[in-house]
Amino acid sequence: MSHDIRIKKGLNIKLKGIAEKTFSDLPRAEVYAIKPTDFHGIVPKLTVKVGDKVKAGDVLFYSKMNETVKFVAPVSGEIRDITRGAKRRILDIRITADKEDNFKDFGKKDPKNLDREEMTNHLSEAGCFPFLIQRPYDIIVDPSEIPKAIFISSFSTVPLAADEAFALQGQEEAFQAGINALKKLTDGKIHLSVDGNQTSFFDTTENVEIHRIFGKHPAGNVGVQIAEIDPINQGERVWVVKPQDVALIGRLFLTGHYDATRVVAFAGSEVDNPRYVKTKQGVKIEELYDKYIMSSAHEMRIINGDVLTGKWVRKNNFLGFYNTLISVIPEGNYYTFFGWMPFTQNRIFSMSRTFFSWLTPKKEYTLDTNMNGEDRAMVITGEMEQVFPMDIYPMQLLKATLVSDIEKMEKLGIYEVAPEDFALIDYTSSSKVEAQTIIREGLDLMIKEVG
Amino acid sequence: MEKYRPHFKKGGKFEKYGPAWFGIDTFLFTPNHTTKSGAHIRDGIDLKRVMIIVVFALVPATFFGVWNIGFQHFSQLGIEKTFLELLWFGTVRFVPMVIISYGVGLGIEFAYAVFRGHAVNEGYLVSGLLIPLIMPIDTPLWMLTISVIFAVVIGKEAFGGTGMNILNPALLARAFAFFSYAGSMSGDKVWVADASITDGVSGETVLGTLASGKEASLSIFDMFMGYMPGSIGETSVLMILIGAAFLLFTGMASWRIMFATILGGAFTAFLFNLWGLNTLMSFPWWQHLMVGGFIFGAVFMATDPVTAAQTSKGKWIYGFLIGVIAILVRIFNGAYPEGMMMAILLMNVFAPTIDHYIIESNIKRREKRKLKTLTT
Repeated sequence: MSHDIRIKKGLNIKLKGIAEKTFSDLPRAEVYAIKPTDFHGIVPKLTVKVGDKVKAGDVLFYSKMNETVKFVAPVSGEIRDITRGAKRRILDIRITADKEDNFKDFGKKDPKNLDREEMTNHLSEAGCFPFLIQRPYDIIVDPSEIPKAIFISSFSTVPLAADEAFALQGQEEAFQAGINALKKLTDGKIHLSVDGNQTSFFDTTENVEIHRIFGKHPAGNVGVQIAEIDPINQGERVWVVKPQDVALIGRLFLTGHYDATRVVAFAGSEVDNPRYVKTKQGVKIEELYDKYIMSSAHEMRIINGDVLTGKWVRKNNFLGFYNTLISVIPEGNYYTFFGWMPFTQNRIFSMSRTFFSWLTPKKEYTLDTNMNGEDRAMVITGEMEQVFPMDIYPMQLLKATLVSDIEKMEKLGIYEVAPEDFALIDYTSSSKVEAQTIIREGLDLMIKEVG
Repeated sequence: MEKYRPHFKKGGKFEKYGPAWFGIDTFLFTPNHTTKSGAHIRDGIDLKRVMIIVVFALVPATFFGVWNIGFQHFSQLGIEKTFLELLWFGTVRFVPMVIISYGVGLGIEFAYAVFRGHAVNEGYLVSGLLIPLIMPIDTPLWMLTISVIFAVVIGKEAFGGTGMNILNPALLARAFAFFSYAGSMSGDKVWVADASITDGVSGETVLGTLASGKEASLSIFDMFMGYMPGSIGETSVLMILIGAAFLLFTGMASWRIMFATILGGAFTAFLFNLWGLNTLMSFPWWQHLMVGGFIFGAVFMATDPVTAAQTSKGKWIYGFLIGVIAILVRIFNGAYPEGMMMAILLMNVFAPTIDHYIIESNIKRREKRKLKTLTT
């Protein structure tokens, strides 16, 4: 059973350096790390200290607010360091990896034989709840709640997106097992959206309702799909999870191990032969960077995730907990003489036709991190709506959020959005509005005031 | 530039004047700012580019307007002049107005930016050219100065500057001049250069003629090309449409507003054609759109995104009502036959109300959906 959904609004940004569909096995790295900063709003309570030996799957820390949300080690080894930032905030927990992984045994299980409580306990013990993200608010779920439904987007429309169907080759069985496990957590449905223009093993997944999605970015964003399939009302909770994480949960049941294997796309205009690499959660980025980056004179920016929503990291940092894509693009820290003159600077891709770039819709662009302007008052209207497919007035919602008008934010649909849905507004805004930041702060305010 | 930049940054010697300095700096160079949060890549468009596009779109109308100043003056006197001579005459008359408008307006903008410590916004780049274009050529420069000061200080900065104003600043300048110095802003002596001091020159606009009960004597071709007296930039439908095409193609102005305004005007004028009590009513509806400031207003004034309705549906309603009211004012207000200015200013005031009801319907839809899931 499937049905078609067409998203009409949006914008595809074509960047140079999409990962080619070839696997490279990355040799085992020396250091891996889990970064509490990847988990928005989580205050970590450590259960290990420097020098402790851990197996893959041993708990490293749990959430101070909710002890059932546990975070486990991706590899076995010795805790090498716990680095802290300002106010002694924990930045990352580094593990010196053993030559080969020594797994904690959670026991092979068939998800169909567990009831909801057993399932919750099992996933909690094995550190799988951090993979489940709650909407509204875009934060890790509360395992004791029962969501209305679970949504999985099996594809991504972001620039340089990794092809998850390709990444999960050979993991079809694990993916199905993961779905079966998640099914126990909700009384509603599991909605799996697939790319309408492609066929893949996702199409034959059982125990889910399949939606075929057509359209430009942000059609692949799970929030946009939820709005089309079954919008969130005030007071409701839905959970979302990413496809590689579903497979990881599936492997837990098939093998009894927390197997943190990740297939990561290493992409962007600065990468030599962009490709997919098989590695583990939390691998040091240097391992990839030194091997695959083009040597080039200018500065580069490494992004954990995609160029619209990802996090800026240095090369001595680590692969993010959720990320299946690392993008590398040039920095844009230079001045441009008369940069505002229309129909000049045509190397930049624009939604507007004030550049000649509209003449070459198929071209792949090399975009850098220059702001191409400065922040200004919101003047132009209608440009946000062009890239925002939900039935929400984005500018009005942003303005209500800027002045912290909670009642108005509720009315205008703050519960239905996540920062990533505003990423294209960041991009296209002629006033250079930091929409994602504004929405994240707005959601945090709602958590504090409404909960 | 490189050398002096640090002095104006935070902690620098001239930090206080930073906004003014960076206003000029950013005009010359797109800054080296890189993304710090949010999306790591950004569209090339910025407010400067948007504003410059609108200025570009005004160029054909401006060029024609300048030529027309000379053409109207000398053709009424019956003197033959070459194209360049006409252009030169117009330039001499028009350039001081532009200098006053930009000089005074930008001066105030920069002063406010320094005073408030925010960056200089580019909004005035467009207003500064629009203001002289919608004035009669014989407007005294002191009058223009006062109008600009009023428009920028009361119309814009009092509300918080670019992006916050309720009324279109350029139209406000014109409205101010019109109500304060009606004698210099209307009648049959102001539309052609030196009409008031030269005998034999009568510069009545088409609407003025119609309002006094006479038939318009201009050919349709003249109206379309703009060979008629009027405010400097408003006369040539052809040139304005070239600008409009440019705006719509680049996507910098709302096609909804433009289209709806013209639709509203055509519809109303058509209804009055059927009634046909006086010359203004029976003036063919499609010619109504070609005379006066109707097209200029629809293309460059009504579409000002700050003062227009902000929702897509709202833009349709807003534009349509501008068209309707403009024609109504023309027909029922004998003293002042040009209704476009009043129509746009009036709808500027009502635009937030229109948006409010559009957004309210979105809110109601959300609440209904919630109730529906609660009951099932």
